[in-house]
Amino acid sequence: MLAAPLAPAATFAQGWAAERYQVEDRKSGYLYLGDQTQALQDDDFLNHAFFAVERGAELWSAVDGAAGVSCASCHGDAAESMRGVTARLPRYDSERDGIINLELLINRERERKLKAEPYAYESEDLLALTAFLAFQSRGIPSEVEIGGAAAPFFEKGREHYFPRRGQLDLSCTQCHDERDGMMLRGDRMSQGQTNGFPFYRLSWHSMGSTHRMFAWCNNAMRAEPYAPASEEYLNLELYVAWRGRGLPIEAPAVRR
Amino acid sequence: MLAIVSVLVVSAAAIAGDRELVPFEIVDGGIPDPLTDLAGDPVIGKQVVTNAANATCLICHPMPIPEHPDHGNLAPPLNGVGSRYSAAELRLRIVDAKVLNPDTIMPSYYRLSGFTRVSEEHLGQTVYSAQDVEDAIAYLMTLTDG
Ligand code: HEC
Ligand code: HEC
Repeated sequence: MLAAPLAPAATFAQGWAAERYQVEDRKSGYLYLGDQTQALQDDDFLNHAFFAVERGAELWSAVDGAAGVSCASCHGDAAESMRGVTARLPRYDSERDGIINLELLINRERERKLKAEPYAYESEDLLALTAFLAFQSRGIPSEVEIGGAAAPFFEKGREHYFPRRGQLDLSCTQCHDERDGMMLRGDRMSQGQTNGFPFYRLSWHSMGSTHRMFAWCNNAMRAEPYAPASEEYLNLELYVAWRGRGLPIEAPAVRR
Repeated sequence: MLAIVSVLVVSAAAIAGDRELVPFEIVDGGIPDPLTDLAGDPVIGKQVVTNAANATCLICHPMPIPEHPDHGNLAPPLNGVGSRYSAAELRLRIVDAKVLNPDTIMPSYYRLSGFTRVSEEHLGQTVYSAQDVEDAIAYLMTLTDG
């Protein structure tokens, strides 16, 4: 069949050798991008997502809410206190008795510690703070916990991934495991990894979360999407993060 | 809510398939009888199969129409399908290719049941109307150069 070869990577301004985008058979979406999009991700000054990172840095140290504190009041320099946190997310959370991800953790900290309103999911501010925190784990291999209390939720996520859905009757695995590298109209299909999230999607002209991407893919199958922050997408997020285990966090990525 | 853009649904134009199936009979790997009385029109058929708002073949198949950009390549080229298959064979492959191969990813363009969690927008409808199927076949039968 016509599986086109992967585009050669021109530069690696992240300082990464090409091998860093692949761990065993697991490949970052970066390897499926054209040279120009790779170049955007490589250069922190051109990478559109850095507007979000900068905004996130402001939010990190901005006092907000009734407690009169900022995230930085307690956590100090995020480069130290938040290093590696994203690489271990999402994870089981006993309070929720379910999976929690970075977005929901941030909102919980806002409500509890800042006594501030949670951000709307997919809002610019939540994406910004998420991008800022994920960026602190850049280069650290993603390693999520799937055993113990997380196991039943991981199983549900896995069970989401394989069945066909929607009027077009397609499954995640048919596109992202069986046909990566091939063209779906103008999009070269990747393995659907999440180590670059939140990312800047050029076709959206905006930042986007994993859950927004899942909804986009559900729409592509003509399946009814789930709500962002739904249990279904949180469980799926855990399964998909495990699929990409070992891939270094590359957030904030740029994608077509 | 999220602003969701989809590859397969790029326009907001309402696309309506059929809500009830015209009965048809499968004979020897094909559906010999047309689904409608009105003969398929190859000119309309070309519009049907290239309609970006309705699961165009171009998402997956290369086609001999370079004036349209970005052909997919995860399914066989449609160049020459008009000489490789009879109209009856094409009809079954468009209506419900899974009758021939349950594992295929080729969507069933004229089927109503057996799906999971179809989006509200498309629930209870076929992808193509019976007339769309006939028009699409009329166009595909003109693709005789392999
Ligand atoms: C009053 C001090 C305080 C403030 C303010 C605060 N945090 Fe926290 N944060 C903590 C403590 C303590 C923990 C560890 C246990 C717990 O309470 O959840 C924590 C945990 C976290 C974690 C999980 C870290 C891990 O290793 O899993 C994240 C992420 C986080 N905070 C982000 C934030 C963000 C973003 C803000 C601002 C919106 C914020 N925090 C504000 C005290 C604070
Ligand atoms: C019809 C094929 C198709 C199906 C089915 C599909 N996707 Fe996708 N997916 C795409 C395309 C096209 C893209 C954008 C190009 C790329 O990055 O692969 C994409 C992108 C993604 C990305 C972003 C990858 C990156 O590096 O930024 C994730 C994550 C993803 N998909 C997950 C899923 C999940 C989970 C499912 C099942 C619920 C799914 N996809 C089903 C076609 C599909």
